[in-house]
Amino acid sequence: MNLLLYALIAGLMFGVFFAAVSIGLNLLFGVMRIVNVAQGDMMVWGGYLALTLYEVFHIGPLFAIPLVFVVAVLCGGIAYYGLMPRVLRAPDPSLVSLIVFFGISEILQAVAMIVFGADQRFLPRELLGGDRTVYMFDHAYPVAWFIVGSVSAVIVVLVFAYLYKTRLGYATRAIMSNRGEAASVGINVSRISAINFAIGIGLAAIPGCLVTFIYGNLSPSSGLELTIIAFAVVIIGSMGKPMGALLGGIIYGIATALMQVYLSSWSTFFPNALLLVIMLIRPSGLLGSRAREA
Amino acid sequence: MKHKTALSTTTIVVLLLLLLAGAGNVLVSNQALLVDILMFAALTQGVNMLYGYTGYMPFGYVAFFGVGAYGFAISVKSLGLDPWLALLCGGVCGMILCILIAPLLRLKGAYFAIATLAAAMAVKELIANPALTPITQGPYGMDVSDVLAASKSYWSLTVILVLSTVAAAYLKFSRFGLSLRAGRDNERSAATAGIDVVRGRVVTLCGSGLIGGLTGAAYAWNIAFFYPDAVFGVNLSLFPVIFVIFGGAGTVLGPLVGAAILYSLYVFVGVSNPQYFQLLYGILIVFLLLFAPGGIAAILRRIGIRVF
Repeated sequence: MNLLLYALIAGLMFGVFFAAVSIGLNLLFGVMRIVNVAQGDMMVWGGYLALTLYEVFHIGPLFAIPLVFVVAVLCGGIAYYGLMPRVLRAPDPSLVSLIVFFGISEILQAVAMIVFGADQRFLPRELLGGDRTVYMFDHAYPVAWFIVGSVSAVIVVLVFAYLYKTRLGYATRAIMSNRGEAASVGINVSRISAINFAIGIGLAAIPGCLVTFIYGNLSPSSGLELTIIAFAVVIIGSMGKPMGALLGGIIYGIATALMQVYLSSWSTFFPNALLLVIMLIRPSGLLGSRAREA
Repeated sequence: MKHKTALSTTTIVVLLLLLLAGAGNVLVSNQALLVDILMFAALTQGVNMLYGYTGYMPFGYVAFFGVGAYGFAISVKSLGLDPWLALLCGGVCGMILCILIAPLLRLKGAYFAIATLAAAMAVKELIANPALTPITQGPYGMDVSDVLAASKSYWSLTVILVLSTVAAAYLKFSRFGLSLRAGRDNERSAATAGIDVVRGRVVTLCGSGLIGGLTGAAYAWNIAFFYPDAVFGVNLSLFPVIFVIFGGAGTVLGPLVGAAILYSLYVFVGVSNPQYFQLLYGILIVFLLLFAPGGIAAILRRIGIRVF
């Protein structure tokens, strides 16, 4: 019983973190119908940026988050105007964007390898609580998990506040539900798409600041695994629906934690298999409508 | 008339491939390199069969290759089959996997690509799982050095490459291939015209998986010992995808030319400096998709040369 509680609590914290990891992917897909397979590599770059900020300027990971966000948003803005006009003109934008972002993922990995080397790196654990633990229901949880979980929750809440409480957010949701109608009521679709593209890239990068405290070390090649997780989360929830990222993240987190507690040798098989099963039996995700749009 | 030209051109291409394989076997001392070239060329044609004619992008094509390699190794080791029969078993394993994942054809575009990638990773984790050690040796690798036959496996790879090239030519010039392309361009219109779109796609997927499985089996026969990571490496499906796009999807020669050019680039730059090759490769993908989505074949067509 206590083991079950342990899995549920740990899964919830991981789940909120996974929600923060995948919300950028979901925003990009919702607004632009494009698939960012470089999500994980952008996150790895966010992590390396946080590491560099710490080593050079002694800025901790929590203060690095806004800085990384700003840098990534700027990069995203530049990338939007360089890439998107051509991608959106292609006959099948979602497939073309998938392959283009795959190319970007290769570039990001290669540059990370050249700049930072192939070694596994991590931020010092002392920055987020070190070895201290919280004791609940006969089990010890690292303090870092709670900090990462709460920071991720703040990120998710901020994204929701942006989408539901600001003018820009209203316009964004209008574009998500129908591009053509949004344009016909006077929303500047291309400008708002550009802003959301940049924000989506920013959101892809910031979980990198936290990832070494909860999930694993940073190395240039760890991006693919993170991308697959983000995809599983988004597809469980349903692509293009921000609430889906939160639901998917929590389901994925708890399911992974249960697998690790009860069937640990199958825990690497599980995310891929879950992704497949969901795609086969409910291709539009748990919150999805019946029609496929991409 | 058109069919006669297609037939004679296919014959010339096949003879050329056999000649190149024979000349390589005699002239080139680095057999491992030749095997890699044949393997990538066959996989590229396999991807081309599916992507070029049905528009489905198999990002996880490596699954068929890996399953073929394991099918071969298990047939030889556990069932004690003759290597030739085991080779066929490898191909059949690829086809069985195709039938299992055929429901994924309901997904479109990017979804299908991601789903097949997830399928490939799931199959790999399943095979490499320590719990399956008695059958697949789990993560510890398969040893089939008892039946090692470098020359036989080399020629079987060549035959598989020829087979896949003939299949690509068939899809390009036959009525069946035309119906596939109709289904790719407009599913509803094709169905209205009486084409069984789904059947065509499933058949093509199985053909493509058969090629992948056979290639994996012949490769396993040639290298004699392999780990799950070696036969399920992501590059094994991503390289062919890029070769196809670079050469021109939906042509017979384009993918082969793409594989030849890019793979030589890989051999000259990539082996000694993998990260610089990866950088170049990424930049190439982005530029290709943005500026020449039809690959070399489309560029040639623009200046008036029709690519076979």
